[in-house]
Amino acid sequence: MTETHGTVSAAPAVRPTRRATYEARVRRRSTTVAALSTAAVLLAVVVLVPMAPGWEAVKRSFFDAEVFARTFPGLLNAFLLDIAIFAWCAPLIALTGLAIALCRDVRSPALFPLRMFGAVYTDIFRGLPVILVVYLIGFGIPGLGLPRPWNSPYIWGSLALILVYSAYVAEVIRSGIDSIHQSQRSAAASLGLSEADTMRYVVLPQALRNVMPANMNLLIALQKDVALLSFIGPVEIFRQAGVYKSLMANFTPYVGAALIFLAITIPATRYADYLLNRQRRRQR
Amino acid sequence: MKIVTSAITIACLAATGALAADHGACAAGKTLEEGMLTIATGNPAFYPWVLNDAPESGEGFEAAVAYAIAEAMGFAPEQVQWVRTSFDEAIQPGAKNFDFNMQQYSITEDRDRMVDFSLPYYSSAMAVLTTEGVVEETGATPEIAGMKDLRWGAMAGTTAMPILMDLIAPNSDPLLYGDNADVTAAMQAGQIDAALFDLPTALYLSAVVVDGGKILGQFPADRTESPDQFGLLMEEGSPLKECVDAAMTELTESGTLAAIEAQWLQDATGVPVIQ
Repeated sequence: MTETHGTVSAAPAVRPTRRATYEARVRRRSTTVAALSTAAVLLAVVVLVPMAPGWEAVKRSFFDAEVFARTFPGLLNAFLLDIAIFAWCAPLIALTGLAIALCRDVRSPALFPLRMFGAVYTDIFRGLPVILVVYLIGFGIPGLGLPRPWNSPYIWGSLALILVYSAYVAEVIRSGIDSIHQSQRSAAASLGLSEADTMRYVVLPQALRNVMPANMNLLIALQKDVALLSFIGPVEIFRQAGVYKSLMANFTPYVGAALIFLAITIPATRYADYLLNRQRRRQR
Repeated sequence: MKIVTSAITIACLAATGALAADHGACAAGKTLEEGMLTIATGNPAFYPWVLNDAPESGEGFEAAVAYAIAEAMGFAPEQVQWVRTSFDEAIQPGAKNFDFNMQQYSITEDRDRMVDFSLPYYSSAMAVLTTEGVVEETGATPEIAGMKDLRWGAMAGTTAMPILMDLIAPNSDPLLYGDNADVTAAMQAGQIDAALFDLPTALYLSAVVVDGGKILGQFPADRTESPDQFGLLMEEGSPLKECVDAAMTELTESGTLAAIEAQWLQDATGVPVIQ
């Protein structure tokens, strides 16, 4: 059996079968068609867009090289603030999200209030636009008369992001927990594991791995929503671009900001895709 | 057909008054709609520039100036129509929906590269808005040295930010906000101590909006460093610019502009000058 298998698989290397030839032809053909159609689209964009009557004006307003050069360093500098906010929000979101998800999975009747709290929390914060929460918490809570530095927009703006995003993360994690079959819990119970140990050693490790790609997507969304903090004061990249825009009456700084965002989010998106594909291959 | 209409328009305009006739001829055929002057303002338009968000009434400094310019250009009040735009709509490339736009646009060299400005209709003093509480707590006085340590705020879309950096150069980075309401909310929440505004806006905010609001002092309008002058914004290369400028020169020389300013904007001599 092994021998036969060996000869069959070695054969195409020597002389392609008719099927292999056919498939190679189809592949070549689709590659050519794809290349041609891509070239046609690119050509159309490069040739046709500049033919639009307003192109010169658009070019001056959105793609001014001088404005770009003048504003880009300032934008990069402002982006550091985005990264900092992201860096301290992300772990707190992960922890809060996990805690809320666990609240919703509590099965003891005595702890029902905890379960209800989890449900209300996710309902409220998933249902509100992020910007609204940023405004309400960012201006509202410091308005109660907190002394400095406890009224800082950085603290309360970050809290708003954490509240909203942990609600999303909690739902994602909960779906991961739900995806683990009841038989696993039963098996763990038969081995003598307590409820807590079952969750910790059996359910969560599998659940978290299953929802990794979904959480990556939330991470990318968070990366962009950090810009919403600019509405309550912090001068991060979006606000800085807006300042340059109004001072120079030119939209080029927005293009610069978009490029900086893409430089971060495109690799992150690719990575999320990669994780998703790997997971699909594993589950097949 | 078009020639006939413009001929009729010119005839009509000539009939409205001999004085206005030559300016009317200047603007003929250059406005968006024949025989109509379309003016844009903010949404909403703020006190004291426009009263009650109703520019049609001609009440408020900018509304009054708008009608005076229209008259000098040969447009009767009923030939003026208003539209609303944001700052971004005013500077975006492409066709504009206004003949000129009037919402405290500061004339700057950078902006002038992208859009056209008329001659200035107002030179703005800049004022420091703060609260009684902050003054008590920090002992701030109208002196630049003492103001550097305050926590500063400003409106992002204005020239207040670069002027703040130029004139005061605070020790900590200022916080920026989208509109007046957000700046005052941050001030009320104690997140900022002081904010820089044009003087008329600061006077309004301190009197009406901010609890315990106080004007710490002003950088007078005729300062040489970082001056701030408001102009009408027009599309780059607008043919109407010369007519608007002619009207503006006429209003300035005849003292009409100064009279309108005296009527609608509070006298600012009582506000201490910042040393």
